[in-house]
Amino acid sequence: MSSRWIPCVLACAVLLTAGMPAYAQVDFSGQWESLYHEDGPERLPGPELGDYLGLPINDAARLRGDSYDADRISVVQEYQCRPHGGDYSMHGLSTLRVWREMDPATQKLIAFRTHTQFMGMERTVWMDGRPHPPEYAAHTWSGFSTGRWEGNTLVVTTTHFKPNYMRRNGLSRSDHAVVTEWFRLHGNYLSVTQMVDDPVFLAEPLVRSSNWVRDPGQRMNPAFCEPAPEVPKEMGTVTHHLPGTNEFLTEVADWYGLPRAATRGGPQTMYPEYRKTMGKPEKAPPLTCERFCVCTSLGDCQLRDRR
Amino acid sequence: MSISRKWLIVPLACVVGLASSALAQQNQIDFARVEMHVLPVQGNVHMLVGAGGNVTVQVGKQGVLLVDTEYGPLVPKIMAEVRKLSSGPLRYIINTHVHGDHVGGNEELVKTTPVDNTQPLNIIAHENVLNRLTTPVTTRVTPPPQVGLPTTEYFLPEKDLFFNGEAIVLYHAPNAHTDGDSIVFFRRSDVISTGDLFTPERYPGIDLARGGNVAGIISALNRIIQIAIPEDKQEGGTYIIPGHGRLCEEADVVEYRDMVTIVRDRVQDGIRKGRTLEQIKASKPTLDYDTRYGPGDTFIENVYKSLTAKR
Repeated sequence: MSSRWIPCVLACAVLLTAGMPAYAQVDFSGQWESLYHEDGPERLPGPELGDYLGLPINDAARLRGDSYDADRISVVQEYQCRPHGGDYSMHGLSTLRVWREMDPATQKLIAFRTHTQFMGMERTVWMDGRPHPPEYAAHTWSGFSTGRWEGNTLVVTTTHFKPNYMRRNGLSRSDHAVVTEWFRLHGNYLSVTQMVDDPVFLAEPLVRSSNWVRDPGQRMNPAFCEPAPEVPKEMGTVTHHLPGTNEFLTEVADWYGLPRAATRGGPQTMYPEYRKTMGKPEKAPPLTCERFCVCTSLGDCQLRDRR
Repeated sequence: MSISRKWLIVPLACVVGLASSALAQQNQIDFARVEMHVLPVQGNVHMLVGAGGNVTVQVGKQGVLLVDTEYGPLVPKIMAEVRKLSSGPLRYIINTHVHGDHVGGNEELVKTTPVDNTQPLNIIAHENVLNRLTTPVTTRVTPPPQVGLPTTEYFLPEKDLFFNGEAIVLYHAPNAHTDGDSIVFFRRSDVISTGDLFTPERYPGIDLARGGNVAGIISALNRIIQIAIPEDKQEGGTYIIPGHGRLCEEADVVEYRDMVTIVRDRVQDGIRKGRTLEQIKASKPTLDYDTRYGPGDTFIENVYKSLTAKR
């Protein structure tokens, strides 16, 4: 072949392969046991009220969190059986199962599907190139996810969430959020890094990561939930704190000996240099650890260290 | 000028103002460029999205039922989409309330629907919709004959009908967005059409001049939550077509109801403390919702006026 044909052949090859659907380069299928070495107190018992430290929230999110009254979960029946959002479910109590849906005729990957223990939430990550639905379509707790490959990394983009929490202390994540996730396999470990872009409640993207270890013998129990009235209340009661009246907001700073301003969060509190300017705590830290000193599983995550 | 004449001019100015505001909104829309989109919802029911309020379309063996009609100039586009779903006769229009972006297509639909006395076109609405549509601008002028007015108005708390194999219930929501709002429930399809009682992309409009009130909005939202039953995990089950914005479910209405209730409580708290409207606005009672629903000043004002109005 003459050398002048080589560029043409290469160009044709590029054009032909560009239109081809990508094949799964890594298979994440299997049973995965969540590792809680990161953010254990937040993910297991749940975060302290008023703890927004390290979260890039804006003023709207802060007031929403300040107004939150945890009684809402029991008083407002419609909250009782709410699952985590698709983003939070990867970070909360998230024992995980992943399986693939293959096209039987072509053996091409159609989707990854996931099931997490809490509330039996399921997600589908479409890998067949379908577009996201129009904005006027219904939103769901899990959102609508599509995936693509960057080398051996699966990059998942999720839209169409229902409004839900960013943190289980009243901080919200809106239904306008877009979440990007990077799934990576390291031998028997799965890591997922997540970036939440939320123009409603975040001043900068929120980045967090979670890890799992392969656990072939894992069993998951079915999840049941039926809402029921727990306390007598008038129809339409919505419990909340009026601005400036939530007396629980300073607890976390005082318990851990942190400057109260730091626990109010904001993008500046994400960065290490913030420690130089954050000021001194209003109350000195306790001499010995009193709250969640060890927190790597539900068994050892207690208010006091029992060892 | 006597006191009675003064009081006459105020509501007249409101009516004229609202009418010209609706007209101005309509004039700003380039109807030729509007695209209509149909979203199958559930059972017999579809949602039609265009430039005005959402249109709910129910189709079946007996024909077509529309909830709200957007604007007159969009009727050809609306019917082009409806004809993709059914070739049956247009038998019912239900108007959820009086505003032009929801009743604007009535006249054109009546004019373009062939007259068939065996399958007549009925327009159903609460009687206050008819009253508002036929209220003369000045009391001494007889209103011109209008086409597309409600032909079957109701005045009791509920009205029901059976069409295309399913029961359809209209619940009057008194003094909410206006004084003539209806919640339309398709019982077999399990879909609720709310009109502007629920607009998930913006704060509720409260048309004080036409009998609207924040208390009525909250009652109506609670009523919708009461009717809706979600499936497993508080998702699916009853689908809810809002007046404007995306297709929703009960959880979306709960979020919205919470917002309206919380803002109402904050404004009420300011009133109890003796604050003026301007002082309450300055305290930013919608700060945590403005990034989602837009500037809250008009909403705060309407809530304040609802709560301080003499009864």
